Amino acid sequence: MVTLEDFNSDDPIAWCPGCGNFSILKALKQALVDIQQQPHELVIVSGIGQAPKTPHYLRCNCFNGLHGRTLPVATGIKLANHKLTVLAQGGDGDGYGEGGNHFLHAMRRNINITYLVHNNQVYGLTKGQASPTSDYGFVTKTTPRGAISPACNPLLLAIASDCSFVARGFAGEIDHLAGLINEGIRHKGFALIDILQPCVSFNRINTFKWYSERVYKIDADSKYNTADRLNAFQKAQEWGDKIPIGVIYQNQRPALEEQIPAIVDQPLVAQRTDPEVFTELLETFK
Amino acid sequence: MDISIRIGGEAGQGIQSVSSIIAKTFVRHDYYVFINQDFASRIRGGHNFDQIRISDTPVRAVNDRVHILIALDKETTRQDIDCLADNGILLFDGDSIDFTSENPKHISIPFAGIASDVGKSKIMTNSVATGAAMALLDFDLDPVLDCLQEQFQQKGSETIEKNQKSTTAGYDYVKRNLKAKPPFRVPAVTSVRQKMLLTGSQAMALGAMASGLKFYSGYPMSPATTIMEFVSSQADRYNIVLEQAEDEIAAINLVIGANFAGARAMTATSGGGFCLMVEALSLAGMTETPAVIVVAQRPGPATGLPTRTEQADFNFVMHAGHGDFPRAILAPGQPEQALYLMAKAFNLADRYQTPVIVLSDQHFNDAYFTVDELNFRDITIDRGHILTAQELPSPHEYKRYAPSESGISPRILPGHTKALLYVDSDEHTEEGHITESATVRNQMTRKRMQKLEGLRREIGTPEIYPAGKSELVLLGWGSTHGVIKEAVEALNHNGMAAQMIHYSELFPFNPRHVAAAELRKAKIVAVENNHTGQFADFFSKATGLSVDQRILKYDGRPFTSREIVDQIKDTK
Repeated sequence: MVTLEDFNSDDPIAWCPGCGNFSILKALKQALVDIQQQPHELVIVSGIGQAPKTPHYLRCNCFNGLHGRTLPVATGIKLANHKLTVLAQGGDGDGYGEGGNHFLHAMRRNINITYLVHNNQVYGLTKGQASPTSDYGFVTKTTPRGAISPACNPLLLAIASDCSFVARGFAGEIDHLAGLINEGIRHKGFALIDILQPCVSFNRINTFKWYSERVYKIDADSKYNTADRLNAFQKAQEWGDKIPIGVIYQNQRPALEEQIPAIVDQPLVAQRTDPEVFTELLETFK
Repeated sequence: MDISIRIGGEAGQGIQSVSSIIAKTFVRHDYYVFINQDFASRIRGGHNFDQIRISDTPVRAVNDRVHILIALDKETTRQDIDCLADNGILLFDGDSIDFTSENPKHISIPFAGIASDVGKSKIMTNSVATGAAMALLDFDLDPVLDCLQEQFQQKGSETIEKNQKSTTAGYDYVKRNLKAKPPFRVPAVTSVRQKMLLTGSQAMALGAMASGLKFYSGYPMSPATTIMEFVSSQADRYNIVLEQAEDEIAAINLVIGANFAGARAMTATSGGGFCLMVEALSLAGMTETPAVIVVAQRPGPATGLPTRTEQADFNFVMHAGHGDFPRAILAPGQPEQALYLMAKAFNLADRYQTPVIVLSDQHFNDAYFTVDELNFRDITIDRGHILTAQELPSPHEYKRYAPSESGISPRILPGHTKALLYVDSDEHTEEGHITESATVRNQMTRKRMQKLEGLRREIGTPEIYPAGKSELVLLGWGSTHGVIKEAVEALNHNGMAAQMIHYSELFPFNPRHVAAAELRKAKIVAVENNHTGQFADFFSKATGLSVDQRILKYDGRPFTSREIVDQIKDTK
């Protein structure tokens, strides 16, 4: 029986007091308990930023790599040992800026990992510059006249890439978020969970209050069909006065690792090589 | 016997098909064959050639004199005619290309006409040329027809038959019309089918797979792509996962992920792609994750000459990556060595938990070598110290970066039932958690760099040929092995006592591997395919020996032994 205590880490937390990351960490732990995830069978890969510190603050296997490069590392781990549960974790700059190309291709591959993007619409660790998801007109040290490029919409990108699980959560709705993470991990394929998160130090516009007044749960609408891609495109464009949270789109196409003959029987890490077997190949060169 | 045949033409005319049929025929009859591929960066058109060298003794370099030149286009008659030996013969199709000659050694054969008549298509021109060349060599036709049968097996009996008929017609045409005796007879011997013909890329891929390669990720880039293609062709048979990455940054991070999880993994690229990988090279160094990276050099800077050769990335791979971290650099000069060095690369990467770079180049990757034997029995797989369930029997506060004298800390793989694993690209504690501590920083830097001393003890000695002392030493590394050896043999043959010192394991360098006191008296000549003599500078600094002459070539083409010998004679 896995309990919350099994995920408690001694590593001292380095986030600002009041940071949305605390709530996301709580939701993540709750989800892991709910699905009875063994810590030793879990790997969390993270990039660089405030969000990527998360795996240090819970007991699991952790690979904290480079800025923007979470998804290739996570994909490599999953392909080497697909018996592991692999999560990737980063912020909006890490995932949608530095790692944008990897984001597109991880979705296309449909590798069975769950990607949590802590999206606070601003750069935190580098102290307050504009991010790819900063709203048009957002004033920062690098956009003193306000951002003149519109925000990228990761959900629209994901649906367009036929990402097989596209969801948005909110750090202020911990139980709801825990449910989304739970569903994302159980989904067989690439699961994107974009998590709206206030940054108490550098984003004075998109605050806890700002998000709270706007978010609504699409799960409450029993008629919403997550398999309807065209409708999902429409839903993903809602922003401003009303912001939907929940599973926006989902399909059941096969995961990458299910389609590779080499790992049908057992994961790569369990396989051994006998060098002498390759002698048989030499005939082809004669 | 030492005969060279050059087939020149446009991309798409089937040059490689001619060279592979001729080469295979002679390799099967126990001859030594070496093929150099010279091609432009395009799919159709342009001017390309393959040069096949056939000998009854081992040959591993290009000859600058050609005995049979087959011109499939006009450009060959213009660009390549000067390389004909005095007794060399040009075969061309005077009906198809605008070229005439009074020289009796320039023989016009209606390649295209015969192809259309007999093979029912001009596409068969190359097969007619194959037959014509074999007739000039006065060699049996049957084994050639067998090779054609195999080559076109998958295309069906009609294609096989057309190619065989066209080759036979080309052969018969020369036999019928050649007035003199065939000038370059290759003595007929019984087919033994013992020798092998393979490229440097194939040897590297074989070495990697036999060493337990389980995961390959790469982004196509000449001249490294052929490694990926060969692994791909065998991936299902030997249970290897091959993932073509969206870019080189992804490729190396995929490889780091797979290695972290415990699968042997590699990538291969060229200089430009390696530029993109460099941040992650440093990540492998910091997180102490094994990674094997093949850098197949081509001329830079930037896109450079994409399909040609150079050795100008030695400095780059030596210094690539921010911060101090240990690495090893290996550079095979022969296919047998490539097999062994790929295995060594994986073993060093696993045992020292750090990146290992295998540095090759277009000449090595694309050239075909004749190999007497490749021995997989000598390959050992050493994964380094990975703690098993038996070694950690009870729940354990495992420390990934525990201090040790060698700097190496035993790994566990994620999924271990008794311990968890924290790995970080930030400076980290023994447990793998992020730290800002000055004391820990110092300890961790020293721990990582301590591994360099262990690696230095693993690095093999250079090859010294012939053994003994010499007053003239030719210093080289990597792909120039064959040509320097040939130059040394030629110099000795001409009465100049010369010796080769060839490095195939470059870094960490061990200056004690050469007898400095003896070498101080010798003239040292560096031979390198780059503009500055990058390895010569490094060697000089590491050994305190001065390099007296540098023979450098950076036009994108490989050396010939004559170029080396002539430059040594000129400065005598």
